[in-house]
Amino acid sequence: MATVSMTVNGKTVTGEIEGRTLLSHFLREGLGLTGTHIGCDTSQCGACVVHVDGKAVKSCTMLAAQADGCTVTTIEGLARGDQLHPVQAAFREHHGLQCGFCTPGMIMAAVDMIERHGGKLDEATIRHELEGNICRCTGYHNIVKAIKAAADEMSGSVATAAE
Amino acid sequence: MYATNYHRAGSVDEAAGLLAGNDEAKVLAGGQTLIPTMKQRLAAPTDVVDISRIEALRGIEKSGDAYVIKAGTRHADVAGDAGLKADIPGLAALAGKIGDPHVRHRGTIGGSIANNDPAADYPAGMLALGATIVTNKREIAADEFFAGLFETALEEDEIVTAVRVPVPAKSAYSKFPNPASRYAMAGVFVAKFADGSVRVAATGAGADGVFRIPEMESALASNWSPEAVAGIAVDASGLLGDIHGSAEYRANLVTVMAKRAVAAA
Repeated sequence: MATVSMTVNGKTVTGEIEGRTLLSHFLREGLGLTGTHIGCDTSQCGACVVHVDGKAVKSCTMLAAQADGCTVTTIEGLARGDQLHPVQAAFREHHGLQCGFCTPGMIMAAVDMIERHGGKLDEATIRHELEGNICRCTGYHNIVKAIKAAADEMSGSVATAAE
Repeated sequence: MYATNYHRAGSVDEAAGLLAGNDEAKVLAGGQTLIPTMKQRLAAPTDVVDISRIEALRGIEKSGDAYVIKAGTRHADVAGDAGLKADIPGLAALAGKIGDPHVRHRGTIGGSIANNDPAADYPAGMLALGATIVTNKREIAADEFFAGLFETALEEDEIVTAVRVPVPAKSAYSKFPNPASRYAMAGVFVAKFADGSVRVAATGAGADGVFRIPEMESALASNWSPEAVAGIAVDASGLLGDIHGSAEYRANLVTVMAKRAVAAA
């Protein structure tokens, strides 16, 4: 067992882990942050996506030990109190989910995608960028609509703030 | 996943020291192949030596008429590098097609070529561009480096530290991804150099991994056009056949991808 320390959703946390402990396992079992989902055993589904040092990664494909000293944001870290993150609000508004299992990974991927593209997202880009996130319910259509709406809103708010 | 001992190396020398004399240890770079393989219990190293935090293994710089890409550089950083996009657009585009955005944030060029998966993208780029693989011990030409399925010229405690990639006159990569895994069913990289020579390499299709296609190289050297390769088919007897596609199907894909790559270059 080894001790890891990292910042998760703004709080410094420490925990005891094995060498083989996955970051997803540490978040869920060690910290009780069960919003990060595990939908497959093959690193394909993207339900476990979190941000490590500001970049979207599959937390099931990274050892917890590798995240020692890193800054991690999970789905639980997006909202500000009762105020949903714009991407969360857009998923609700546009019904970008059915069963909801893939949603945490979808939203974390979407936030990363919007930040990288500076809010300039068209439908083709969104669909290409979602290759690492699998949804078995929606057919993706409303997920794409939600991300487009959130990107438009977030880029608008950036423009407003800059004026 | 079976139990393993995690070590974080602070330098390449420290990593080599941890690997020396330990046959059951594995280098952990981006982990986008090794960790899934360990989760499936297809690999069970007693020790993993994490080199992903070694700053000296990060970065892209132009050196004369070549680019040096450090081994720990992530796929996303290769895909987004302004210099590479201008000078070796085929390689930047290749990196942008690997896996998905999350994989590209973790996976590294050194890890990809050291693993030499027969369906990985980078081996085709390295071979077609005539890259040099730099390790902690020596320099190896790409033609000598890739040695079969998951086989390379690397010794047990040898670590890829960088690749040196000559700037071609033209380059492009075209891949037909498996719709589920995004690995190449067939991917063809074409490169034309200032002296008029051409190199063509295919991944995803060869039973022994990445391979060059000399017939296409000579045809393109005299006529750089998609039509020049349209009638050239690789021998299906040396290709992979599996549930995703027969060897004959892949042989046809190689020709189609080669045509598309030349058209895109």
